[in-house]
Amino acid sequence: MVSIDVRNASVDFPIFDAKNRSLKKSVLGRAGGHITDAKVPVVEALRDVNLSLRQGDRIGLVGHNGAGKSTLLRLLAGIYEPTRGRAKIEGRVAPVFDLAVGMDPEISGLENILIRGLFLGMTRKQMESRVDEIAEFTELGDYLTMPLRTYSTGMRVRLALGVVTSIDPEILILDEGIGAVDAAFLEKARDRLRDLVSRSGMLVFASHSDEFLVELCDTAIWMDTGEIREQGSLREVVSHYKGRDLFESLSPETIRRLDLRTDTAADAPPPGGPADETVGSP
Amino acid sequence: MAVPALARRGADDPSGPDDAAGAADLHTPSPRSWSRAFGDINQAIAQRELWGHLGWQDIKQRYRRSTIGPLWITISMAVTAAALGGLYSQLFGQPIGTFMPYVTVGFMIWYFISACVLEGTETFIANEGLIRFLPAPLMIYVFRTVWRQVLFFAHNLVVYVIVLAIFFPQLTRPYQMVHPNGVVHPGLSWSALLAIPAFLLIVINGLWVTLLFGIIATRFRDIPPVVSSFMQLFFTMTPIIWTTDLLRGGAPGSTKSLVEWLAKLNPFYHFIEIFRAPLVGQVQSWTHWAVCGVITVVGWTLALIALRNYRSRVAYWV
Repeated sequence: MVSIDVRNASVDFPIFDAKNRSLKKSVLGRAGGHITDAKVPVVEALRDVNLSLRQGDRIGLVGHNGAGKSTLLRLLAGIYEPTRGRAKIEGRVAPVFDLAVGMDPEISGLENILIRGLFLGMTRKQMESRVDEIAEFTELGDYLTMPLRTYSTGMRVRLALGVVTSIDPEILILDEGIGAVDAAFLEKARDRLRDLVSRSGMLVFASHSDEFLVELCDTAIWMDTGEIREQGSLREVVSHYKGRDLFESLSPETIRRLDLRTDTAADAPPPGGPADETVGSP
Repeated sequence: MAVPALARRGADDPSGPDDAAGAADLHTPSPRSWSRAFGDINQAIAQRELWGHLGWQDIKQRYRRSTIGPLWITISMAVTAAALGGLYSQLFGQPIGTFMPYVTVGFMIWYFISACVLEGTETFIANEGLIRFLPAPLMIYVFRTVWRQVLFFAHNLVVYVIVLAIFFPQLTRPYQMVHPNGVVHPGLSWSALLAIPAFLLIVINGLWVTLLFGIIATRFRDIPPVVSSFMQLFFTMTPIIWTTDLLRGGAPGSTKSLVEWLAKLNPFYHFIEIFRAPLVGQVQSWTHWAVCGVITVVGWTLALIALRNYRSRVAYWV
């Protein structure tokens, strides 16, 4: 059973190289009597986060820069274990964060596919049998034998998405970077991601783009200064966050393309209704 | 948002007495637990294809676009051994036929040990990007670092084989490193096979060194330069280009006996000795093995405690 449960989780970063601990300042501080604590300064990136995600959830993460979206994604991916509180992640996680990381620019796309797959818990054999499928999906063809440094950002995104979607992950975690792909590929990726989520898993996606959010998610979480401000249906939460209706900003053709989903979204409770429909209450 | 009352209790303080309640709720052990520490090791062993590949990649990377590639490792080792072996055998007036193999083997294993220590301190810092962006056991990076050194070592082993082929006649009969009153060494025999368990023991120690120093150096960034200057010191203090046979017969209180006493306090000496003595056919004291065994146990104990307590913190520190 794929699930993520987070209870009262906080993530505090110690900042060891902050300059306020220099000898000069501590001497001056003592003279003035202002600086009292002798500890390492701490950045509270997440505070008291409670979350229950279940199979089939497609969650969009919205919030201002520095609101804690990426930190929350890394908490959900199991990269950061909470400083206080608990996080229990069940299922195979495949994160796509900064697209330059975990990819070696000097080696070929094929080898990067292999290494990424091994990192995500696959065996070499399993990855070799998937290479053709990934090559086809990413449409990179012969480029896969070229070193990664020759790739454009969009091509890297294709590669990263190709790998994570080919290995049947149960929990897919995407950061904003995937915005670099063109519309045609995005459509292809969207179908594949939706298919993946409906088959086996869940998707958590941080984005500033209304269009991407509508394409991929049905519920949303609004992060603000390290805390969950609101959680609920996508339209509601994003509308509250942006201060205007989410669907207003979409182009008519997007709405036409997603007509099925627009209809279901319209059936969602109007803004102001119960906001925590997806929150795991006992 | 409604949170079950059970979840609230005990979740506030993971190390407090309510720990059991919090854990029972989410069925997850505290980040600081032995099960998570050993789980990390087990998972990393299961993912050996990954670090095996990464270790190879590191070597290929270093010699990318070079025509003979990793063969340069072997060549540079051969040049070092020939130059130092040749020079010092003349300086110390020692027969080159036995001194050259001695220096070659000493250098080979010293390179391995010092690389484990030096690159061990950098192991998590160098993998910062991967640690912050991909969920993977920490031990992956430890295995990657040590495995890379094993591969370097394998390349250097070729030089030993060549040196052995050249000086085989001188090595296989009893010899003295220091004339006229040095220790008489029995010469090469089947006991050379003892070098295999010796190397395994050194690798096992390389793992705890990398793990422990890696964690400490990630938190305290002054450690890598401190360690590297100490390694310079240890290189001179360890009998690699000189031999302890030179120290025999010093009167108590003399410089000779002081240096001999210092050499015995030096942990690197014992590790080099268990590997080198069998490969160049020298007499070997079992005390070296005993000292290495004690260091292995103590070192792994410290490293496991560090892994248990700070495993989940490394991602925050890098």
